[in-house]
Amino acid sequence: MARPGRRLLLADAVSTCPPGRHGEARAEVLALDGVDVWLSGRKVLSEVSFAIRAGEFTGVIGSNGAGKTTMFRVVLGLEAASSGQVLLDGESASHRSRRSIGYVPQKVVLEPDLPLRARDLVGLGLDAHKLGVPWPSRARRDAVDEMLAGVGATSLADARVGTLSGGELQRVLIAHALMSGPRLLILDEPLANLDIRSGQEIVELLAGLAHGHNVAVLMAAHDINPLLEVMDRVVYLAGGRAASGTVGEVVRPDVLSRLYGHPVSVLDVEGRILVIAGSNIQAVGTLEDDLGEHRH
Amino acid sequence: MFSSFMVNTWLAATTVAAIAGVVGFFVVLRGASFVAHAVPKSAFAGAAGASLLGISTLGGLGAFSLLGALTIGWLGRRGRHDVATALSIVVMLGLGALFLSWSAEYASEIYALLFGQVLGVSGSEVLVTVVLGAVSLLAVATLYRPLLLSSATPELAATRGLRSSRVELAFLLLVALVTTTAVPVVGALLMFSLMIGPAGAAQALSRRPATAICLSTAIALCTVWLSIAASYLSNWPIGFFVGTLAGLAYVAARLAAAALRRRAVSVERLGAAGR
Amino acid sequence: MRALFEPGFFASTPVRTALVVGAIVALASGVIGVLTVIRSQSFSGHALGDVGTVGGSAAFLANVSPLWGFLGIAVLASGTMELFGVERRRGRDVATGVVLGAALGLSALLLYFDTTSTSTSGAAVTILFGSLFTVSSDLLPALAGLGGGVLGAVLVMYRPLLLSSVSSELAAANGLPVRFLGVAFLVMTGIGVSLSALAVGTILSTALLIGPAAAALRLTRRPGRAMLAAGASGLAATWLGILLAYDSFYWPPARKGWPVSFFVVALVLVFYVGSGSLSSARSRRARGTT
Repeated sequence: MARPGRRLLLADAVSTCPPGRHGEARAEVLALDGVDVWLSGRKVLSEVSFAIRAGEFTGVIGSNGAGKTTMFRVVLGLEAASSGQVLLDGESASHRSRRSIGYVPQKVVLEPDLPLRARDLVGLGLDAHKLGVPWPSRARRDAVDEMLAGVGATSLADARVGTLSGGELQRVLIAHALMSGPRLLILDEPLANLDIRSGQEIVELLAGLAHGHNVAVLMAAHDINPLLEVMDRVVYLAGGRAASGTVGEVVRPDVLSRLYGHPVSVLDVEGRILVIAGSNIQAVGTLEDDLGEHRH
Repeated sequence: MFSSFMVNTWLAATTVAAIAGVVGFFVVLRGASFVAHAVPKSAFAGAAGASLLGISTLGGLGAFSLLGALTIGWLGRRGRHDVATALSIVVMLGLGALFLSWSAEYASEIYALLFGQVLGVSGSEVLVTVVLGAVSLLAVATLYRPLLLSSATPELAATRGLRSSRVELAFLLLVALVTTTAVPVVGALLMFSLMIGPAGAAQALSRRPATAICLSTAIALCTVWLSIAASYLSNWPIGFFVGTLAGLAYVAARLAAAALRRRAVSVERLGAAGR
Repeated sequence: MRALFEPGFFASTPVRTALVVGAIVALASGVIGVLTVIRSQSFSGHALGDVGTVGGSAAFLANVSPLWGFLGIAVLASGTMELFGVERRRGRDVATGVVLGAALGLSALLLYFDTTSTSTSGAAVTILFGSLFTVSSDLLPALAGLGGGVLGAVLVMYRPLLLSSVSSELAAANGLPVRFLGVAFLVMTGIGVSLSALAVGTILSTALLIGPAAAALRLTRRPGRAMLAAGASGLAATWLGILLAYDSFYWPPARKGWPVSFFVVALVLVFYVGSGSLSSARSRRARGTT
């Protein structure tokens, strides 16, 4: 049961410095190549291509409905791409290789009366697919305790999962996802509904995981700013299309205008980035056309 | 089939079908099928009790459907709603079992209360049914907008000052009223079929509330009319026809809706590819 | 002691059978019930008991053992419910309702045939209310075997079932076959519930499935303990109910005994309400100390 080689030692995750962030070329953990997705007659993703490497923190930025969740579901094999392919560790993704992805879904709703402690939920991250009743074992208990300590949730271990606050639940869910020792951790809008401080703490935790423990972290957010300081790479989604690269390469007026199909300006306000629509009469026209199409 | 003796039957059943269609729309919208099953069944227990104590069946039905609805509301304030409903139903039926154990003869009357006795409704019963039915429809008309809003999006309703617990209580009382109206005619178990099947079918086919309500009522009326005719001709219990026809209507509507959606998708996709 | 146990309590064969059957049903219901309540499937759990009675009356007509009627219809109905019940909660609610409605219609017809062919007009009552004291001891081995089988199946799939019941999103993220687990659990519920409906009537089958589990959820935060607590309190309610029913034989007004179902249901309700007060008292105390 104990796999010391794969298990993460997280106790000092947050304080670890990024070792050689832009050093040697690392192996690609995940690559999407020309992925198209149709959902109930609508093209949700179109020609999405990008790659992320071990030890990198990648932000997936896009507004609601930009296709972030759909993209993750395709990576996880929960939704099929109509064309293009998903590569995990350089090989076409299979049911087996997808097992090694850690995933924290958006909006996990847990009823307050569930008879489940945080430690039970984290434990299920290790062996939810196994049959039979889990026998209490020291190795399992230690692994869970260590993981909870790593994400700074030791004090929550015996609390009911349904009564945790948003930030506390995110920590527990991250611990749950990390239990299987994944090399790729995907998080869907973990900062939604979090206050600024808990949000920043979660980002720091994830950055520590990526840079200190060589996990590839892929995280969706609708606001780019909380991630600016830790992000190695950004995948910007708009209208089902994607642009990827470093922040400097992607978050530029020309690139984003092309992506949105509509002129935008990128403003830098005291180190924060604001992406706003450019004033253009053409733009209003396109918007109305779009609305008209939806009505049909 | 249309003799003067049957006029009462047609009148009572039509009233019941109309209110079942309308109230069923809200039952399905709120995801409250369990409540729609539980309240009539509780009422049945009350009717058993009433026959024991020698009071009118209608009084027993009314008192117990009210009691059942209030128990659901009370238990549901703390804890899960479906658990509250399940506990309320077993408590009411437990009381029903107790009452029945005290009385001597019951069986044929019980069968009627469970499965209905459409054939052989008396003139005074029809009058009561029609009056209570009208009151139910009036109540729905009064509560229409709060019910619709809070059933679709409780959060939005709360911002409008509609407390969901109040609306829930009003809804439970409405179900109790409808139950009292309908159970003497179609029986406790079939009132339920009549509320769920047609309304479920209507909501699969239409996304507009008013259209769905009309559709639901129309399906409920057709179901009841066909069932009376079939029951009259075959001598089989009307409950069988109501249950099966309502179920079939739902299945047909789901299949039709799926087919329509598939066609819409392929047309859109063709259009998009051609662009 | 004499005052509590009326003479002959342990010597009576119906009582002994009732105690054993009640124990099997209470334990199996406790384990399945915790998952049922977590999944918000109380309605399906109750409906499957009602639906089982259709199979009972069909088997009665076809002259086979009611056991097979109950089992067959339970598997059929739970499969149909899952087929129509899309993932959305509201869709599942309607699908359950439609299946239940159709089944009740069918049972109206079958009971009509039963009553015309044998003129035992109490059939509806017996099937609806059941009674622990009328269980024939021939059913015991089959009940024990099937109850044990369902229990075993739930325990084998314990972890996947638990996670998919807690959150289907998390289960899907872990690569678990959520849909399959849903069907498997509903079929197991169907078998368990229809067995208990056959043995103790639909009232008690629902009461023992939902009540003890909901009470246990308020008292413990561990899944395994919740199942144990639900099974234990269900067992306590059943045995105490049997004892009270036996004692009530000379009670007014009818002097022929109060029904077991009434006592068991009343005890289950007392446990549920009591667990609520207990847990709120506990949380008040916890808040007071911190």
